[in-house]
Order: sequence, then C-alpha cells, then structure tokens
Amino acid sequence: MCIVPFPKFVASEIVNRKYKLMYNYMGLKIVVLAKQVPDTRNVGKDAMKADGTVNRAALSAIFNPEDLNALEQALRLKDKYEGSTVSILTMGPGRAAEIIRESMYRGADDGYLLTDRAFAGSDTLATSYALSCAIKNFPKVDLIICGRQAIDGDTAQVGPQVAEKLGMPQITYAEEILSCSKDKITVKRRLEKGVELVEGKLPMVVTVNGSAPECRPRNAKLVMKFKRAKTVSEKQESSQDYINLFDTCPYLNITEWSVNDIKADADWLGLKGSPTKVKEIESVVFQTKESKRLTPDDFDMESLMRELISNHTIG
Amino acid sequence: MANFYTDNSGLKFQLSHPLMKKIVTLKENNFADKDKFDYASRDFEDTIDNYDKVMEIIGEISGEVIAPNAEGVDHDAPSVENSRIIYAKGTQENHEALTKAGVYGISLPREYGGLNFCMVPYLMSAEIVCRADAGFGNIWGLQDCAETIHEFASEEIKNDFLPRVNKGATCSMDLTEPDAGSDLQAVMLKATYNDKDGWWYLNGVKRFITNGDAEIKLVLARSEEGTTDGRGLSYFVVDNPKDDSLKVRRIENKLGIKGSPTAELVFTNVKGKLVGDRRLGLIKYVMSLMNGARLGIGAQSVGISEAAYREALAYAKDRRQFGKAIIEFPAVYEMITLIKAKLDASRALLYETTRFVDVYKAYDIVAEKRALEKEEKDDQKKYLRLADAFTPLLKMMSSEYANQNTYDCIQVHGGSGYMKDYTCERLYRDARITSIYEGTSQLQVVAAIRHVTTGSYLSTARQYLAEKVAPELDGLRLRLSKMADVYEKAVAKVVEAKDNEYIDFQARRMVEMAGHILMGCLLISDGTRDAQFAKSAEVYVNYGEAEVNKLAAFIMSFDIENMGLYKQA
Repeated sequence: MCIVPFPKFVASEIVNRKYKLMYNYMGLKIVVLAKQVPDTRNVGKDAMKADGTVNRAALSAIFNPEDLNALEQALRLKDKYEGSTVSILTMGPGRAAEIIRESMYRGADDGYLLTDRAFAGSDTLATSYALSCAIKNFPKVDLIICGRQAIDGDTAQVGPQVAEKLGMPQITYAEEILSCSKDKITVKRRLEKGVELVEGKLPMVVTVNGSAPECRPRNAKLVMKFKRAKTVSEKQESSQDYINLFDTCPYLNITEWSVNDIKADADWLGLKGSPTKVKEIESVVFQTKESKRLTPDDFDMESLMRELISNHTIG
Repeated sequence: MANFYTDNSGLKFQLSHPLMKKIVTLKENNFADKDKFDYASRDFEDTIDNYDKVMEIIGEISGEVIAPNAEGVDHDAPSVENSRIIYAKGTQENHEALTKAGVYGISLPREYGGLNFCMVPYLMSAEIVCRADAGFGNIWGLQDCAETIHEFASEEIKNDFLPRVNKGATCSMDLTEPDAGSDLQAVMLKATYNDKDGWWYLNGVKRFITNGDAEIKLVLARSEEGTTDGRGLSYFVVDNPKDDSLKVRRIENKLGIKGSPTAELVFTNVKGKLVGDRRLGLIKYVMSLMNGARLGIGAQSVGISEAAYREALAYAKDRRQFGKAIIEFPAVYEMITLIKAKLDASRALLYETTRFVDVYKAYDIVAEKRALEKEEKDDQKKYLRLADAFTPLLKMMSSEYANQNTYDCIQVHGGSGYMKDYTCERLYRDARITSIYEGTSQLQVVAAIRHVTTGSYLSTARQYLAEKVAPELDGLRLRLSKMADVYEKAVAKVVEAKDNEYIDFQARRMVEMAGHILMGCLLISDGTRDAQFAKSAEVYVNYGEAEVNKLAAFIMSFDIENMGLYKQA
C-alpha cells in the first residue's frame, strides 16, 4: 500500500464535537458503517468470470456478516442508553438501500446511502475518504461502529482508515462493548490468543469481530413499519401507490448522498483516488491430493484437531 | 439460510384464498388502525403482504434457530429446580428469538401490543414452528390463552396481562387433574373468594399441565361449593407468583415432545382473578379455548407431517441399495407419495377450518363496535356451524395422518430410522401425542358424529362438489360424488337402526368416510387454483375411495346383533 497525501482534517472540528458530547448529553449518536457484499460464503463454479473478475450476477447480495455483528452492538447500546440513536451509513449502488432497510427492520433509526458514479472503483482509501466526508455531515457522532472486514475484500482497512481520517481513536477486533458512559467506552477485544479489555474516549471508532453476538432477527413490527422505506431514486422507479406516505411518514425516506452532498473532492474518489491496482486474479481450485484414514477414537480426533488448528484451517 | 416458510409454496398459496379478502376486511375493521399504529396495514393487499413478511421472519427463525436446536432440546429436556421449571437451553434460545422478533401476541389487537393477524397466518406460524420442533410448538401455541383472555376477561385483566404477551410472557391452561382428564367436569381444585381483599384463592393439584410454570396461567377451578359437575366451575387468570404458593412438584418423563414441559402443580392459596362470569368456566370458556387448541393440534400435526415428508424424501433419494436410489422402488415411492397426499389433504383441511373460524370470530370483532345486521348474523352462524363441524374432523384426521406419516417415514429409513441418529425417530415420538391430547381421536368422533347424523357433512360435501373445478380434475369430482353416495347409504343404514350404542360403534368409520370425502373435495379445489396440488388430489382420491369403500363394506355387511362380539367380559 503506498502512502498518498491526504487533505488535513481541521483539529478544531474534533474539539467542537467533543464539547457537544459533554454538554449535550442526550444518549449516544451512533453511526454504523455497513456494506452490501456478494455472498462469497457459497461460491459455486460460476463465481468467477473467464476474465478473472467476480461474477456478481451469480452471487446474491447480502449484508456483510461482520457488519451485522456491528449493528447488534450498536442496537444493544441503544437499548441500554435511553435517547440513543443508530444511523446506518453505506456506500454502494442503488440496490444497497436493501441493507439499510434490513437495519431498520432490526432497530436502526435511519439510513444514509452514499451513491454516485464517482464512487465506482474505490479501493479502501477512497472508500474511507468518502465515508469520513459523509460522517462530517452528521451534526454529532459519538461512536462509529463497523464490522472488522467485508467478505469480498477481507482487507479490514476501511474502519481504521475512517478513524484516522476523522482523527478519532479506534478499537479493533471488538467482541463486546461493555459500557459507554459519558465519554468513556469499555470494550472487550478478541485477539488471537485471548481477550483484552480496553477503555477509550469518545468519539471513537470500533470495529467488531465475527465472534461477537449474532445480530437480532428482524422485528415484525419494524418490518411492517419500514417495509416501504425508499431512497429518492427508488421512489422515482417504483409505482405511485402509497406515494403520499413519504410526506406523512418521514421515517420512510432514506437519505441519498452524492459526491456534492458530502463535499468530497472527486480527485480522491473512485479509480482516480484509489492507489490499489489489481495486478492479476487467479481462480484457485482446491483439490485433494492425498487422503488420510482416521479411526473414530479420541486420540485420532485430538490429533486431527491439533493439526487443523496448527495449519490454520480452523481457529 | 433455511426458511421454513419460503421453501414451502403450499403455505403462501393459502394466503391467496378468495375468502381472505372477507376475513381481512372484517378483522381489520376497514383498516381503522392505520393512522393509530405505524405498523398497521393500510388495505387488503398491504395486510397480505404483512402476513407474508412476518411468516418469512418466523420461517427463518424456525429454519435457522428452532430446527437446529430441536435435537438438543429433545435430548436435554427441561428440568425442575427449587420447584421451578428450567427450560432446556435451546428452548430458551427459541423463545428469545421469537420474542426479539416481536411476533408473540400475533393475533392480539394492536392496542395490547399484538399484530392483529387473523387466525390463518397464526395457525400457519404454528405449523411452521412445529415442523422445526413440535414440542416447542406448544410454547408458541399457548398464546391461545391470550385470545381467551381477550375474548372473555374484563378490561382491567386485559390491560394487565395482554401487553405482556408480546414482550415474551408465556402462557399455560391449567385444566386437567389426577382424577379429571377427558372428564373435566370432575375438576376439584378449589377457588375461594375473599371478601376483604377481593381476590380468589386457589388450592389443589393440577396434573399434565403443558408449560406449567408459565407467567400467565388460566386455571379451571371449582368456585361453587357443594357442586359436582361442570356448572360449578369457573375460570381464573393467575399471575404466576413463582414462589412456594405455586410449586412444580415434578415434570413428566414423556415419550415425545420432550422440550414442552408437562408439570404437576400444587396450588396453596394462589391469588387469582375471575375471567368472565362464574359457573361458565367449563361450559363456555374452556370449550372456546379447546376449539382453538384443537386447531393448534391440527397445525402441529401438519407441521410434523411436513417434516416427515421431507426427511423421508431426502433419505430415499440419498440411500442406495441394489445399485440404485431406493426412491426408484415402487414400494418406497408409493409410500412417500402417499405421505405427501395425506400431508396436502391435512393442510387443505387445516386452513379451510381456520378460515371458517376466522370469519365468525371477525364478526365478533365487528359486533364490539356496532350491532350486526341480520344477514351478517346469519352469515356468522353459518361459519360458526362449519367451524364446529370441521374442527373435530381436522383434529382427528390430521393427527392420525401425522402418526401414519412418521411411521412410514421411519419405514423408508429402514434400520437407520430406528436409531437415534436420524430425525425421523423424534418425529415419530412427537407425533404420538397429537391424537391424544386436547381430546383423543375417539373424543373427536364424539364431537363429530352429530354432523354425520344430521347430514351436515354430506350437504357441505355436496356443495363443494357442485362447484366448478379444473377440467382435468372433473373426473375426480365425479368419483368423489360417488363416494358421497356410498357414504350416504352407509350412514342411512346405521341411523335406521335407531340405536345410540350402535351409532357410537360405527361412528369412527362414518366420521372417517366424511373426512376422506371432504379432504378430497378440498384438494380438487386447491388443485383448481394451483396445478401443484393436482397430483396429491388424484393420489388422495385413489386412497380415500378405497378407504370409503372398505369402511362402507364393513358397515353394510355388519349385523347389529354381532355388536356383542366386540364387548369384553
């Protein structure tokens, strides 16, 4: 990864934000960063195109699994601290609004979709720049929570990069946010060989590990309430039934932001703003080369477990 | 992602039945809630869409949480610690998932935190949950008690208890006692009114109480001292104190539905509130609750049959003997096809019965707001009669089929099916209770026989058969008409004898014949709306025709004088 210069974030803005938190304490303002990804967990033989790129048509688009873990942590804080709100922010094509609705069905208050042709082809650096610009659009943010990594790229870079760009501290590999009092947050981290309890000051970026509790199911009443939530573009494409609802029920409007709305510099976005270049993609087919016979007893079971753990097949 | 609703096209099909429009419009009271609750539906299509979406949630929880937990729950079973029931770990997870999904109180009005769904999606949810784990299905299904509270209790009781159901409070109905099983008139648990504090105090023992340590309990007790029959019984709602006044003495070690705790309870001065009026406990309220519960067992039976069909089919496709998959052998494929036909017939009867219940109940809701017109009253009566006639038939036929289907499911598995390694042995054990509790099959016959002797099953069947069906199913319609003729003759022969004991003796045969004919009618109707049911319609009529002829042959050749042969000395 090469290092590129980046527009400086004004320090006083961060200070202001902190003051707001201390003097306007009315529950936490939480933003969850989420991504819609191709379901790489069930890859069939047509998952890759002949040219080596991902065949998105063959893979269903899903809510990135660790972002769901992140959403659950956010919702638990909302349950715990009265007056807290959870906003969901995602960057992607129009259909990514689906994961905003999925979040609303589970308890998120509102959603923001960053969508613009100028974002297309963004790598982690450009993505985190766009997300950090969007976050600056929120009047107040105490906590940004996101999944550790997305299953399409597995980089685990976006969360930490967003933190850097906003000048916020970060806690990665979180398994549980234990408490969040005033401006202090206590988090349990899941590390390779154990757990670690850390404290930090708000505002903070937390990235959540897949070992964290699973996200709650969709709630029936919230599904019925939010099922018609739409972005402006979706409203234009859909039928005119219930169109008046969007005025009487403002919560049904999903905010859509373009490059201009988040005051981002187009040079830092998309392919132009992405120093990562894909050199080559190889389609690797796993094949069994040899087989091993085990007897179904404790000894063989244990040695197999040890072997799988030591070669990182599991664990 | 396993989803027990979306993977089963036979379910959504039921939501598209033409009668749903009438039911929904009545139930939603012309969508009066739409400006009061942000989750209320706005019109008919919106309501069906809501049903569909919520079934999808329950289907996902059933497929992803309840079904994977079922084996562990069957193995661990609940336990009793310090006179309190502790659910198996999986049971707790199941209950928690459904509570978080906000689906409890599915049929309760929104003002009590419910979803205000009609009975069709409610019973559908029960079917889906029971396919995953029939034992857990009881904990889900006991929210029926809330329905009884809503129908008969005072505003004060309703406001106190009903909002807790959506938050996850579980229910139980405490009816049976050591000496009062099928004969509930013999209930002895005593209720004494205390003038000073205005509470009723309950003392005595209840036995075989499903989910006996639930938060909200409906208890049948003798409020009228000196009485000995059903007219001295009243119904009480109890907020489980979870202390020594209400002790769980033990839980039963059962053949199946192990996740559903069956408790013996000791009441010592437990405080209760009267539901509705004194003396109507058994004769009105329990009877109403029981009808709902019987529908629930119908759904449970269909859920078990669905699970049995899928297990049998998957195994028969996978298992190879003599060089091919065993499903290619006629003895095996016929068994599986028959399981499917009995399953589809049971489901058709389940939702038809449920629609009848829905229509008359929805009129009750309308009647709360305004007086019903004469036509509406007549219409309500018509559906009430149909519901009364169909409920015992559904309970008996679907539960007997759940037993037969799980038996055949093990048979398809051969020796492997007898081992604990496969799901089918649990299904077989779980199915066994369905033809016993909430009234045995024999008692369902007692409830159904008057609809045989008064001719109401026959006239309903004739009405179905007068309807136009898809041309390719018309042959089946004619065969069903002939079956109805055979049935009519057999019934006439029995009734002519003018001997009540003889009618009782032949009753089950006659009720079963009616069942075969009506279920055949429903399948050709389903097959007319959707071709996917045409095959089951044909298979079922083949089966039912042979059964009807067999039963009729027995009746026609039977000499009443020979009844003595069947009596035990």
